[in-house]
Formats: sequence, C-alpha cells, structure tokens
Amino acid sequence: MSSSEMLTSQGYIQHHLTNLTLGVHPEHGFGFAHSSAEAAQMGFWAINVDTMFFSILLGSVFVWFFKGVAERITAGVPSGAQNFVEWIVDFVEENVRGSFNSKNPMVAPLALTIFAWVFLMNLMDLLPVDLVPYLFAQFIAVFGADPHHVFLKVVPTTDPNATFGMALTVFFLVLFYSFKMKGVGGFLGELTLQPFGKWGMPANLLLEGISLLSKPLSLALRLFGNMYAGEMIFILIALLYGGSVVLNVTGGLLQFVWAVFHILIITLQAFIFMVLTIVYLDMAHQEHH
Amino acid sequence: MNINLTLFAQMIAFAVFVGFCMKYVWPPIVGALAERKTKIAEGLAAAERGHQEKARGEQQALELMTEAKATAAEIVTQAQKRATEIVEEAKDDARAEGSRLVTAAQAEIDRETNRAREELRERVAALAIAAAEKILQKEIDVSAHRSLVDTFAKQL
Repeated sequence: MSSSEMLTSQGYIQHHLTNLTLGVHPEHGFGFAHSSAEAAQMGFWAINVDTMFFSILLGSVFVWFFKGVAERITAGVPSGAQNFVEWIVDFVEENVRGSFNSKNPMVAPLALTIFAWVFLMNLMDLLPVDLVPYLFAQFIAVFGADPHHVFLKVVPTTDPNATFGMALTVFFLVLFYSFKMKGVGGFLGELTLQPFGKWGMPANLLLEGISLLSKPLSLALRLFGNMYAGEMIFILIALLYGGSVVLNVTGGLLQFVWAVFHILIITLQAFIFMVLTIVYLDMAHQEHH
Repeated sequence: MNINLTLFAQMIAFAVFVGFCMKYVWPPIVGALAERKTKIAEGLAAAERGHQEKARGEQQALELMTEAKATAAEIVTQAQKRATEIVEEAKDDARAEGSRLVTAAQAEIDRETNRAREELRERVAALAIAAAEKILQKEIDVSAHRSLVDTFAKQL
C-alpha cells in the first residue's frame, strides 16, 4: 500500500485495476480519467494509455531483438542470442508444422508474434505490483498531479482491450481465409448445412455460429481471465504488507510462491493462444472438416 | 476494464507487429535454418563419400600389395633358378677347362718325352759314333760313314 496509507483495501484493489484512460469526459472535458467511474463515463472514445504504451513497448522489444538477430544471422555455428532466437523459432515452426496442414507463409510469423508478444506482456505480471505504478505516480507528482488519482496497469493482457484486440484480429483472419479457401458458398454451406442436413438449417446456423463466435471470445477471455486473476492474487497478497512482521514475511513468501507458479501460467497462456490461433487458421484453410 | 478505442489501437498494433515479423524477422531466420540444414546434409554426404573412398582406397592398396608380393615371389624364384643355372654353368665350364688343361699338359708331356727321346737318340748316336771311332781307330772316316751311323742310331 505504498501509494497511500489512507486507501482502504477496496480502494487499493480498485486503484490497481483501473487503467490510465485518456479521453473526453462529458463533464470534465478532454483529459485523463481520475477514477474508474470517470473512465467508464468516457465511453468508447477513450484510450488506455498504459495498455498501449506497455504493449507497444514490449512488441517493439520483441521485434527489435529478433530483427537484430535476423540481421546478423549465419548458417554457421550460432552464437548466444542467435541460439535463443533459433530455439524459439524452431519451437514455433514445429507447432505450426504439427497443427497447420495448408501452405500459408503468414501463419508461422503470426504464431511467433503472438507467442513472443503475449509472453512478454504476461511477463510484466512478475514485476512487483506496486513498483512501476508507484514510480510513475511519484514521477507524475513532480508535474503537480495528484498521485492518488494516477492509475497505471503494467500488464496489458489484464486489459480486455488488448486480448480482444488480438483475438478479433485472429477472428478476422479466420473469416478472411474461410471465405478465400472455401468460397462464399462453401463457407456459408459449412455454417448452415451441417450437422443436421439442409432441413435443419436454422439449428445448424445456430450451432455453427456459436462455435465460430466462441473462437475469438474464448481466445480473448481465457488469456484475460488468467492474467486478470493472477494479477488479482498478486494484489491480494500485497494487501498483507504493512501489517505485522509476521504478515509481511508471509506476504513475501506467498508472493514468491505465486510468482514461481505464475511463470508457468504466463508461458502456458502465451503457448495456448498461439496454438489455438494456428488450429483455428488450419480449420479455416480446410475444405472439409 | 472498459472496452474502448484501445481495442482498435491494439488490433492495429498487433497487425503491424505481425506484418513486420512476417517481412523482416521470420524469413531470414528460417532461411538461415534451412541453409544450415542443407549444409549439414552436404557435410554428412561428403563424410559418407569419404568413408567409401577410403574403403575403396584400402581395398586397392590391398590388391596392389598382394600383386606386388606375388611379383616379388616370382622374381625371387626366377632369380634362384637363374643362380642355380649359373652355378651349374660355372661348374660345367670349370670341368671343361680342367679337362682341357689336363689334355694340354698331357700333350706337353708327350712333346717333352718325344723331344727327350730325340735328344737321347742323338746323344746315343754321337756316343756310338765316338765309341765306334775309338773302336775302329782311324780307319773309319767320320763323314764317309755318317749315314751308316745315323741309320744305326735311329734303330735305337
């Protein structure tokens, strides 16, 4: 509870779960939201600056690092960074080769980007929950802002905008390749003519439509839910601090244990998002399934 | 936790990263991996070829060695045969030379014997004439009876 001793537990949690939102408030005009309620009142035409900043920063780190290695890459004996990059590329390529049966030069780079980017964004969860928000609040306070109303969420994947952004992009790709590979008639037929034949068209459309729409929804919500819950547990454990010595020690221990466990979750979620994307795109490419 | 413009901004950012990765990151890395795969395959093939060459070379060397051994043995046999022949020839030569020498010596001996006999005969003739001179005193003319004495001496 480093940002303020005055905060209640509820306030502390609320504070950590609010994005730094920039938009036009109906009453206060253009600016940063000062509370989650204000952020909600800004409606759709607002932007979560923290999510954008960290996601683009991490994406750039990924692209910069991999591009740097790709420029110096040799077919001879690989060195440290190249080894690491090749290991990841091999891993991704193997997954694509295992799950994706058609030819599409976009799928493997897409899978690599998803894996690396989601992993890096999830990795932000391992930073101590208060560290970056506290430093940011102190930094902003220099310019005269009230640190209690400066929000910052460092894990972009705990913002549904980020996960839905990726999932919807994948969904549009699935739609695009479904139409491209099967033709409009083929894809519509797939949606309406099975599993019950042409007399069960409405039921077919309902079933297939749900199964189609569940793809982006499950992709986005699985990642968001896992990361949000993980972040929430870090925040809850952080509530133990500031109490007695016993509570502090217990809190530290719990943070460590949860962080170790969370390493598995962040990797797994990145991997699942990647594999499901490959599988969905594979289904979009197949004539019959 | 509100869905807002961030959603679209994220979609754009995601698309940009994927596009960048697809254009500048993935192809060179995968290309290098494929190239290395080819190189390794070539290296293995070359090693395999080398092994075969070596085996063939060894085989060839073995064959050459066997052949050389056979030739050497043949040469030694021939040489031994030739040596025996030479020794035999030398023996024959020596034998022939020996008998020739013996024959020559025999001839010399014969010649010497004849010469000695001739000389002896002449001496005896002279002796006989001297003796006859003494016996016949002055009556006998040496030159008149010379042929008579010679005839006598030859009958000795």
